[in-house]
Formats: sequence, C-alpha cells, structure tokens
Amino acid sequence: MEMENIQSTAATPAKTAESNHAPIQAILLQLRAFIALLILFGFFAIYSDSFMQTNNLIILTKQVAINAILGIGMTYVILTGGIDLSVGSIVGLCGIVAGGLINEGLVLSVFDVVIYFNIWIVMGLTILCGMLIGMFNGVLVTRFSVAPFIATLGTLYIARGLALLRNSGATFPNLVGDPELGNTGFPKLGAGELLDLPYSIWIMAVLAIIGTFIAMKTPFGRQIYAIGGNQRAARLSGVRVKQVTLMAYVISGFCAAIVGLIITSQLVSAHPATGESFELNAIAAVVLGGTSLSGGRGTIGGTIIGAFVIGVLSNGMIIEGVSSFWQTVIKGVVIILAVMIDQFQQRLQKRNV
Amino acid sequence: MNPITDDIILHAEKVQKVYPGTVALKDVDFNIYRGKVNVLVGENGAGKSTLMKILAGVEQVTSGKLILNGKEIAPKSPREAEALGIGIIYQELNLFPNLNVSENIFVAHEVTVGGSLVNHREQERQTAELMKRLEQPIKPRTLVSNLRIGQQQIVEIAKSLARNTQILIMDEPTSALSNTEVEVLFRVIRELKTQGVSIVYISHKLEELLQIGDYITVLRDGQLIATAPMPEINLRWIVENMVGRGSATAYTPAAHEIRDDALRVENLTLPHPGKAQGYLLDHVSFSLRAGEILGIYGLMGAGRTELFETLMGLYPDATGDVLLYSESLKGKSIRERIQSGMMLIPEDRQREGLVQTLSVAHNMLLASLRNHLFSRVVLSGRKEKNSVERHIEELSIKVSNRNNPIGSLSGGNQQKVVVAKALLTSPKVLLMDEPTRGIDVGAKEEIFTIMVQLAQRGLGVLFVSTELKEVLAMADRILVMSKGRITAEIPRAEATEEALVAASAIGHELVKAGV
Repeated sequence: MEMENIQSTAATPAKTAESNHAPIQAILLQLRAFIALLILFGFFAIYSDSFMQTNNLIILTKQVAINAILGIGMTYVILTGGIDLSVGSIVGLCGIVAGGLINEGLVLSVFDVVIYFNIWIVMGLTILCGMLIGMFNGVLVTRFSVAPFIATLGTLYIARGLALLRNSGATFPNLVGDPELGNTGFPKLGAGELLDLPYSIWIMAVLAIIGTFIAMKTPFGRQIYAIGGNQRAARLSGVRVKQVTLMAYVISGFCAAIVGLIITSQLVSAHPATGESFELNAIAAVVLGGTSLSGGRGTIGGTIIGAFVIGVLSNGMIIEGVSSFWQTVIKGVVIILAVMIDQFQQRLQKRNV
Repeated sequence: MNPITDDIILHAEKVQKVYPGTVALKDVDFNIYRGKVNVLVGENGAGKSTLMKILAGVEQVTSGKLILNGKEIAPKSPREAEALGIGIIYQELNLFPNLNVSENIFVAHEVTVGGSLVNHREQERQTAELMKRLEQPIKPRTLVSNLRIGQQQIVEIAKSLARNTQILIMDEPTSALSNTEVEVLFRVIRELKTQGVSIVYISHKLEELLQIGDYITVLRDGQLIATAPMPEINLRWIVENMVGRGSATAYTPAAHEIRDDALRVENLTLPHPGKAQGYLLDHVSFSLRAGEILGIYGLMGAGRTELFETLMGLYPDATGDVLLYSESLKGKSIRERIQSGMMLIPEDRQREGLVQTLSVAHNMLLASLRNHLFSRVVLSGRKEKNSVERHIEELSIKVSNRNNPIGSLSGGNQQKVVVAKALLTSPKVLLMDEPTRGIDVGAKEEIFTIMVQLAQRGLGVLFVSTELKEVLAMADRILVMSKGRITAEIPRAEATEEALVAASAIGHELVKAGV
C-alpha cells in the first residue's frame, strides 16, 4: 500500500529508527496513528461483512481524500505555528465560483459581454481564487500581525458570505456545460476513474507525495519547520519568515480550492453551504497524525494517516449501524486521546534526552 | 573553615540517579554546611543540574538518601522541598514581569484576609522588611519589568526568604550580571550567611567561586571527584579536578596575521524605542580588519547586543553606515547581510541560536540551505550530509548521529552547532555574542581555538564578553562600551583589567554612587 511508504519515509522522523537503543515503547508511540489505523481496519474487517468489499473501500477512500487534501494544506499552516479556520468556507466559495463560471460565465457589464471559459481555465481561475484567499489570510497574519486564529476566523465568515452573495444563496445546478460554449466536461473530475480508482484518490496521492517532498527536500519545507520551532532563530538565520509563512496559507488555500472543485464536480452542482465545518475535520486529521499545534513538529504522511483513521472510524460505524450521535461522541474521544498520547510521548522523549 | 566543627544541615548519601540509558549520578555524597556557601562545580553533563534538581524536589533519587537535620527526607515536588526549607533560583529567572515586586514575592503564597482576599498592604510591609534585611533599595510596588537583572535576582532571593528558606540553591546566578551587580549579590550572600542561610552555589566562573565559596565539591561524569574547604585549594586545583587534566587557565591565542579592513562602521546610531531622546547606540564608529579578533567589553545594557543586532539588520530605524569590504549594507535585510558575508552567533543559544524541534543536522544547515541544493529548489541529501559530517569532525562535536534532536547535546556541543551553522554561510565577518556563555571550561577552550583558527583563515572576528579575563586573553584589540557609546579603544599590549573597568563605568557614575 502506498500509504505505508509515506509513513515510513515521512511520518516518523528518522530519530527512533536510527538510534538503535530507542525502547520499543517509544517506537510504538511514534507509530501510534498507523497502529491505530491498523487496529481499526482489522476490527471492522472482522466484525463487518461489507467493510472489506472493494466498493466500500473505494467509497471510504474517496471520503478520506476530501479531508486528507485539506489536511495537507492545513499541515503546512500548523507547522508554522498557525491555524487555518477558513478552509471550509474556501471550499464553498470556490465551488460557487466554478459553478458560476460554468453556468453564467464571467459577466463584464462595462463592455456588455459575457465570457465563457474552457473548463481547464475555469478550474485554473477557481484555484487562483483559493490561493488569493489564502494569500489574504497570510497577509493578515504576517503583515498586520493578526493572530492566525482570528484572521482565518474572519475569512471563514467573509468567504462564506461571498459564496452566499454570488447567487443570493441559491445553488448552481447541473454543471454539465454547453457544447456550444465549449465548456463541457466538468463532471468528469468527480466521476472519472483511472485504473478503477476515482480521480480524487489519485489527486490525494499525488498531492501527498508532492507535499511530503516539499516539506522534506526543499529549503522552503525546512524553513517551515524552523519557523514553527523557533521563529526568532529562523529569522536570525536569514529565513524570510513573513514570505515563507504567507506561502503556507497560500498552499492551504490551494488545497481548499482543489477540494471545492472535486466536491462541486461530484455533485454536479455548486451549493454555497458546501464545506461547512470541514476545517475542523482537517485539523483533527492533522492532530491525529501527530503534528503539534504549537508548530515545528509533524508530517504530511501523518496527516494522511490521521484522515484515514477518521474515515475508517466513521465508515465502519455507519456500516455497523452505530447511531450518528454516538459517532460524533466517539470522534471527539479519539481526538482527545490522540493529543493525550502525543503529550505523553513528548514527555517520554524529553526524559530520554 | 573546619569540616569537623562546621554543622552539616543536609547530607546526601550515596545518591544515584538513573535515566533510561544513562546514569546521571553515581553514589554521590554531598554535604551542605549550615550558614556556608557550598560550591558545586563540574563541566556540563557532570551531574550538577541533576543533583540540584534532586535537592529541589524536581527529580527524585533512584537510590540513596537525603538527610536534612538528621531526618531522612524525600521531597516529591518543588513545593514539598519548599516546605522543608529548600529553595532554588534558576539561571533563567522565574518572575512575572507584569506584576510588582511584592506580588512576585508572594505569588502562590499570598497573604490573605479570610482565606480569599489578598492582603496587599501586609504583603508590601513584609516585602519592605525583606528588602531591608537584604539592604536593597527596591520598592515593593515597582513593576519587575522595570528592574535591572541584578535587582530581579534580589527579588528572587527575597521570594525564597519569604518562604523561610534554610537552603538556597543558586544556579549560575551571575551569568547575566555586570561586575557591580555581582558585588551587590555577593554582599547579599554574605549577609544571608550571617543569618544562618546555607547556600548551594553553582557557577562556571571559577574566579568568582574562590571569592565567595566556603566549601567546594567537584563532580565529573556523575561522580564525586573531590571536595575541600575553599581556603585549602586554588584555581588550578579546581580546573584539574573538573577537566581531569592539568590545563592552563590562561588561554594564549596562536599567532594570526592581521590584514586589511574588513568591516567599517560609521556613526551607527540607534534611537531608544519609545523615547524621544537617548540612544541605544550613540554614533558608534570603528573598524575591524581581516584576521583580527576584536573584543567588546561592557556592562549589562551598554549596547553590545544592540550593536550586533543592528549590524545584522534587525533594526531598520538605525542610522549610520556599515561597510563590509567597501560594500554598504545600508537597507539590507538579515538574509542579504548573511549573503554578503556577515553572520551573528547570538547570545541566547536556546531562544535565538537553535530550533529545538529540529535535529542537529537541520539546525546546522538552516542558514545555508541555498548552498546545499541539488537543483534550483531541491536539496541535495549528499551535499547536506557532507557539510554536516565535515563540521561535526572539524569542530569535534560530540554527537552519535547527526539526526539526533539538538536538545540531546550538552551546552558546549550545542554552541558548536551554532558556530557550524554560521561557518556554513561562509562568513567574512563573524559576530559572536558571548560565545562561551554557560558552557564548561573544556568547551570554552575549544571555542577559543576555533576563533583563532577563523582569524588565521582571514575572517574578522568581533566578539562580546562580560568576562574580563576572556576579553583580555582573546582580543587583539578591545573596544569598551558604555551607555551606547564606545568609551575606549585599547590595543592588546596596553589592556589591563583596571582600564577596561574604568572605561565601562563612564556615564555610570551616578548609578554607582547610588547603589
């Protein structure tokens, strides 16, 4: 499984693997998200007949992909010591932007023309829109020193409001495009498959690999970790703290735009309320994956595993017929447990040092 | 001083402390004599901090006993130790800058009316009494953030006394103090002794131990090496026991050729932030030549750190010019200055030098990532590995694996990682702010050797130190700063302790008379 590869190269920093005297319990703790995933997987595989069916696993992974892609962007932001609460709203706004461009085109009333774009350009403009909102967050945080929590909370409302304003709260339905206008093909993104797997799963895999590569093997990635670990030391080492932090928010906006496109395409319609509370699921995935909310510590691979833990848990519980009220409670318990174990591990690590 | 007649207040017997993987203390016996200054020395990693933490209840013994006034004790928390009369003052002071002196002294031990309302008047009265006992003119209502470091330390001492401390542990109490402040502290310590308070004193500054200590205990590698009454021993004895070899204390730098101007600073001025007048840096001009080691000496607040930070570009509102090999650095960012060949080794390793969450290798590479690229944006693992391993070897950094967390290294080795990070940027001028702060004698000498090697390679080395002996031993030329100005420039041959101290006090006359 490809997820295993990501885990071994990324989710556990080489520390424990290379210092051979690390006690077994420390290794187990570091791999905890992965172990939790295996246990959950094994549990539902044994107790449920339908869980292991290919069809169900694909549905499960499709759901996970949405959260995981948001989680990838969120990981960058959290690694810098920030947080991005606006991603759910960006998902909704980007969906509406794409839907509007397909159904109504770009209206330039000054010239009294309406421009309909090719579907690739529609997607490009939507992604640009997501990145611009991310940049807005980044500018607030780095240039105007607004606390990330507040800045992105504000953007959460602004983006959601704009999404509602665009079509007066109404949905853009039936986004199939018009052959005469040359903008057909949008539903393929959500419905298309490659090697029997939906595109969204491939997108998640590609973004996870690129995301991990950027985090591990580029100066930008290294500097993200440094800023989250000690901003002042990073600055004195010549890291352009403001630019790098801003980029993290742009990446998060990019990921949210991708998710907006995928969901809108899957539904073949754009609804302004899409993506509500997605930000919380994304944060949960990041935290479950072992990334520290105070910054500087964590991996993209961990986030992907975290997203799978949440996905497997809710998919399995739905199949088992657990009441949705209990599902919510259990999800909360799992998140708290994950952070408690994280604290425990940090203390253990300190003591070993 | 007579170990037989002097009264032992606390006796640690065969104390052992085992951490997973290491033995921090092996069967250590340690006596604290009543009303005396009991000095504890050893290189980093010798076990001083562990022993201190055990006494203060932060850590517990694996085996062995602590006997206080004839009774065995086993404090499980700092609060329990406090109740037994054992207090501790850490190197990094634990005060709340936003609260006033008396609030700080009584924090978590408030004097109350009816158990819930704080009786500020009574607290302030007791604070005034404590300050009288310590003979310090500090007012109870002064905000702690308005006090000088030395005064803040006095507040910490008062805090301990307010809790009826019988044994006061002081960890590197003078590391941030100027000479005048040290004198005040020593006066307070002597006063405490006469009042029967026993002091455990930990410091790296050996000369000062000879001055203030009554008994000395040397630890090395977790073991008790020697213990003696202070009058019977000398500096050489301490160093020999600490390092385990008879090394000379006075370091003599090897010859290095001084060449042309590397750095010229002209009229560098930094206004006091938030104040209409007054300068942190007052028209500072000097030059540094390639291959030269230029020392800067000055008291706390003289502007040494500000000078370095301004040179690095941290203060955009500074005026004046900085020329690095005739290239003006005016208006350049930190990053651009590093690329031009200037690099700072900051004073505070933990807060400014290192990123605790990163590994040794990643810390070392942080400032020079662009020199380790495989392609335009991708790092080369091979280049990174080569650089890191080369510097681990060249600076003899003791680390088993370059991917270990930076926190697993001793202070001296951490400092060498900071130095390595700076060297990887290929600097032409290196600014070293207190490069030997808080590291042991052995590591200090290694840092000195590195400085000389860098000068031999043609770098200009500018370094700041509060230790007179260090400046006198290392510098080819010494600048003395006081109140943001350069008050003296003294060549090596003419430098004396007296001259430095006199120049560093210029502008301080009034303050001095007041203390």
